[in-house]
Amino acid sequence: MELTFFLQQMINGVALGSLYGLIAIGYTMVYGIIRLINFAHGDVMMMGCYFAYFGILMFSLPWWASFVVAIVLTALLGMMMDKGAYVPVRNAPRISALITAIGVSFLLENLGLVVFGGRPKGFETPDMFSEVYEVAGLMFPALVLWTPLLTLAILGVVLFIIYRTKTGRAMRCISHDMETTRLMGVDVNRIISITFAVGSAAAAAGGIMWAMRYPEINPLMGIIPGFKAFVAAVLGGIGNITGAMLGGLLLGVAEILLVALMPELAGYRDAVAFGLLILILLFRPTGLMGTKLPD
Amino acid sequence: MKMRHLVVALLVLGLAVSMPAPAFSQAKSDTIKIGAFLPMTGGVAAYGQGSWQGIQVARDMKPTILGKKVELVLADDKSDKIEAANAVTRLVEKEKVVAIIGSSISGNTMAGGPIAEKAGVPIISPTATNPLVTQGKKYIFRVCFIDPFQGEMAAKYAYETLKKRKAALIIDKAQDYCVGLADFFEKSFTKLGGQIVAKTYCQTGDKDFTAQLSAIKAKNPDVLYMPNYYTEVALAMKQAKDLGLNLPVLSGDGAQDKALIDIGKQYVEGLMLTGHFEKAAANTDLAKKFIPLYEKKFGKVGTFDVMGADAYFVLADAIERAKSTDGAKIRAALASTKNFKGISGTMTIGEDGNAIKSLVIVQVRGGDFKYVATVEPAGAKPEPKKAAPKKK
Repeated sequence: MELTFFLQQMINGVALGSLYGLIAIGYTMVYGIIRLINFAHGDVMMMGCYFAYFGILMFSLPWWASFVVAIVLTALLGMMMDKGAYVPVRNAPRISALITAIGVSFLLENLGLVVFGGRPKGFETPDMFSEVYEVAGLMFPALVLWTPLLTLAILGVVLFIIYRTKTGRAMRCISHDMETTRLMGVDVNRIISITFAVGSAAAAAGGIMWAMRYPEINPLMGIIPGFKAFVAAVLGGIGNITGAMLGGLLLGVAEILLVALMPELAGYRDAVAFGLLILILLFRPTGLMGTKLPD
Repeated sequence: MKMRHLVVALLVLGLAVSMPAPAFSQAKSDTIKIGAFLPMTGGVAAYGQGSWQGIQVARDMKPTILGKKVELVLADDKSDKIEAANAVTRLVEKEKVVAIIGSSISGNTMAGGPIAEKAGVPIISPTATNPLVTQGKKYIFRVCFIDPFQGEMAAKYAYETLKKRKAALIIDKAQDYCVGLADFFEKSFTKLGGQIVAKTYCQTGDKDFTAQLSAIKAKNPDVLYMPNYYTEVALAMKQAKDLGLNLPVLSGDGAQDKALIDIGKQYVEGLMLTGHFEKAAANTDLAKKFIPLYEKKFGKVGTFDVMGADAYFVLADAIERAKSTDGAKIRAALASTKNFKGISGTMTIGEDGNAIKSLVIVQVRGGDFKYVATVEPAGAKPEPKKAAPKKK
């Protein structure tokens, strides 16, 4: 195989993978702290895209302002979701919270269909992100460079919050034992609310990057990226934030290489992603970087 | 004890609801119920949304058939084959419609078709172009041309007008439409003397085509044929430019929706496609009446809007000629539709359920679909001269 071809496919893979990783960070963070697989994560991402879309189109905000507003609104949405849907089942068995998450996911999708309509919309990509650089025959779209940078930045921020702030310490406490944390006088609901805000903000950032790379937004757009981010999170060891990013990269590169090397099998790329999930769950359920969790 | 009461109550309620239902629909015979199953949500929602608007305007233009008021019943097939089958079952069994319009894409129409076929309820599809949709079916019809015709014309256009010799393909393996159309293109293109240098595959719902496009670029083709739906075409064309792959792209009727331009923006400039309709070429009386009415209500008219309306008009015409709402009689009338002057052109529907009609070649220029040429169906007139008149 030609080297340029291979390198270009690696660039394509990293570009896709860093998007998966970016979305997976919020997914895995929420899981790591409250042990809830937030199935609505992809749909929260979708809402973030629509907020940014309307910010630019209806309120003619400059793109950066619109992105900031979208991220803030999505964070608020995450907190509302927690208050409305997850707080009431906080002390119920974990399966109840999981089913609630599926419910929230359907609610957001159908709300999107009613409010935004089923017709897809085109997302405006700022010029800064639509440039393409050519280096030695290899094509680097600007987003391919920006996405990993943003992913690293968000990773840094999230790790900082969790390991270097008081709120973060409380989050880590909750992940070990919610009841004892409450006994220590920590306002558990507030901390979890903040967790959702941070996770949803990360989802919105991921969604906006996704929408700029694939500028089609529709109310069901979050489903597949949500699933892929879930696979990435499990691959990296669910609950482990650095692992989620690595899992995302791995998944992206694997998908692209499958299509590149075995074009006949290109139709099975989702099957490969989910096959990978099954294999990981069978042989290494803690993922690449995960540690064994007390059940 | 309580439980038993509840069960009894439910049973009684169930009986109460189910018993009079058929009686009601019999009594209300002053209306004609026409069903529609269309993708209102999901991957190809733009087709369903457009066709549904077209059908509504067409109904407003012709609100009564056989002196009875037309009642439209819509079922969303969610761009999904299983949901399409469910939608047809609902329309046939619960709504008891006399005929059905739908669906927009071949795969979904093929999923819903057998159910209506068994029940003897005619289906007329606005835009399902795959030949298998009507093959071996008595009750399935369409108001559009079929893919062997559009695949051949696309190949001819690429080979004769654009003078391209090396084509690449991206095929969506999950869509009968894409697989079929790519196949017909390939056959015609190689028969003309061209060569298919790269054949790549994708799956409905894919957003990333960089792997396929990089592989295509390595093979150095001079034209790309991508008979996919609008989202895939728009996203792939953007990614092609990002990868420095600059070559003419041809597509089929599925790309001709304004969502293509909304999503693809400057990246879809220059795309050429074989389509059902373009406003500049519309010259029938029905088109002159329909287009202003439609545009007053919904804005600029598109292909799928018009095709939905044509399906309604052809069906209404058939029911009137059948002088009955009996499925078999409507079917016979549909199969003898001759020179019907629809909005998208003149069509004749044969026993096989397929419409014989012309197609238009359309190009995206200045952020809009622009009419290039009309191609008459084989047998009507010699096409090569017609296929390539306007190239400058």
